[in-house]
Amino acid sequence: MTLIDDRPHSHGAGSTGSPAERFTSRNPEDFAQPSGRDEDWRFTPIRALRPLFEAFEPTTRITGDVEAPDEVSWSILPRSDERVGRASQPADRVSALAWAGAPQAFVLQIPAGAQIAAPVLVHGTVEPGQAYEHMVIEAGAGSRATVVVDYAGAATVAENVEIIVGDGAALTFVSLQDWALGAVHLSAHDACLGRDATLKHVVVNLGGELVRLSTTVRYDAPGGQVELLGVSFAGPKQHFESRLYIDHSMPQCASNVLYKNALLGDTSRTVWIGDVRIRPAATGTNTYEMNRNLLLSPGARADSVPNLEIETGEIAGAGHASATGRFDDLQLFYLQSRGIDAEQAQRLVIRGFFADVVARIGLPDLQQRIMTAIEARLGFAAAEPELETTS
Amino acid sequence: MPNTLEIRDLHVSVGDGADDLTEILKGVDLTVSSGETHAIMGPNGSGKSTLAYSIAGHPKYTVTSGEILLDGADVLAMTVDERARAGLFLAMQYPVEVPGVSVSNFLRTAATAMRGEAPKLRTWVKEVNGAMAALDMDKAFAERSLNEGFSGGEKKRHEILQLELLRPKIAILDETDSGLDVDALRVVSEGVNRVRETGIGTLLITHYTRILRYIKPDFVHVFFDGRIAESGGPELADHLEAEGYTRFGVNETASA
Repeated sequence: MTLIDDRPHSHGAGSTGSPAERFTSRNPEDFAQPSGRDEDWRFTPIRALRPLFEAFEPTTRITGDVEAPDEVSWSILPRSDERVGRASQPADRVSALAWAGAPQAFVLQIPAGAQIAAPVLVHGTVEPGQAYEHMVIEAGAGSRATVVVDYAGAATVAENVEIIVGDGAALTFVSLQDWALGAVHLSAHDACLGRDATLKHVVVNLGGELVRLSTTVRYDAPGGQVELLGVSFAGPKQHFESRLYIDHSMPQCASNVLYKNALLGDTSRTVWIGDVRIRPAATGTNTYEMNRNLLLSPGARADSVPNLEIETGEIAGAGHASATGRFDDLQLFYLQSRGIDAEQAQRLVIRGFFADVVARIGLPDLQQRIMTAIEARLGFAAAEPELETTS
Repeated sequence: MPNTLEIRDLHVSVGDGADDLTEILKGVDLTVSSGETHAIMGPNGSGKSTLAYSIAGHPKYTVTSGEILLDGADVLAMTVDERARAGLFLAMQYPVEVPGVSVSNFLRTAATAMRGEAPKLRTWVKEVNGAMAALDMDKAFAERSLNEGFSGGEKKRHEILQLELLRPKIAILDETDSGLDVDALRVVSEGVNRVRETGIGTLLITHYTRILRYIKPDFVHVFFDGRIAESGGPELADHLEAEGYTRFGVNETASA
């Protein structure tokens, strides 16, 4: 990939004092109507979202089909249930409206100590209309599990997702947006990590017209580790936006971010915002963020804004990198000069681009599904299985 | 069947648009047949790498006139991959990095394309491991990302590994000796010689004579200012070794 762009970014050196606290509220009226001039909304095509900025009567809802072993419990609960609302802290008007408007919550719990090898699959589908959704995924202390939520259908959805990882628990959570054409999905993921908890949070954007997913990570105790992975393939008239906020407030916690986007077509857009804050108490923090964007068409646009606020010098490490590049003619030339045809050469380069982030997901079936979907979108014939290696 | 690469009055330019073209090759004539090894020697900037890239179809270069024929077929009408499948191979001076694509995946994809079917895994593994061992390459090399972070010597070994596995009719080696220490040069040259013994035609492009101690050419051509200025037998390389390129008005030595 040729490096053509390294966007300006700030390293908060603390000379201006502590940055302002991020405003959160469960009351929608505490948030002004979003405008294209707001930092939080300036990359988002606001016009298409106007209906979401006022409270609406839900006309549809996501129905979930759950594949899980018996020890995993899940239920639909009223929002007033005590299991709901422990992590959600709406940071924008749509999230607050969804909090206020969601009639109930889908709550899935991994019991403390459970060791669940096979992924728990939640297939969400929706009829056309508009919906408020609320979901709680809780991994009990010491448990180990993988939960994959897979969205399909076409609707307008405003959603809050709570991800609670108990002390010593290890959770992999995948949110797979495989929406049909025309879907609009605004979702706020609020993750809380207990002592020595581990979360692998994966966002995969393949379908839909507009997906804006805001992920916030908070550490409730020392020793938490989070890995945030993102894979997006934006085609014509698709806008995929990922907004990350990692709030390091506890000692000895780590965060590692890798988001990769490929864009095809002159109306394809991706946005990646990576805000990391290391508070004075968060000594021993280790954080790294990387965003890579591959532009497959002239006119495609990828915005990338990493931002690091460091309020203590006693950290283990902090860094970030962001780069946006185009298909490299020389890579294709090299591959083709070995007899590989143009289509196969492109496929290799794109597979190569996503290889590291997809491998880190660690779920072979899902990895294959992602690459097959991306290759289908590129107009390639049915994807062949991964070539075997020689060793 | 013997194979012949014919280059006739080849003119090649580099540049972005029709108004901004700089002619680099100014009428090259050369014929390379199976079993022959031709060395093209020339000072920096004489256009010898442009010749190599033009034969392979590099997008940066524009052929403005002339012909390249492989066994009579029009190479210039072929895409880059068609040229390779027709039997042309270029060992590059600067192989391109392709992150995330493993060497093993790349080699097997290329071999599948060249042979028209996927090689049987069992025999393929043996073939690759054998070829790598012959080039003093560690097995772990196959799992690395293509050309990414390779040392100069690793890049050259990997190019010659491909030469051995992809079995072209005519091989073009562009400055394969550059950046190699004596041991690596010997190993790489032995690899080239193993392939030459199978009877292919070889076009060896080099600035310096030292690789010719390991790979003996049948013909030596001196390249200067975009064309072949002089042709002869191996003795021509000895002259260059002694005199350098001063005869062509360039103060560069040919021995190193």
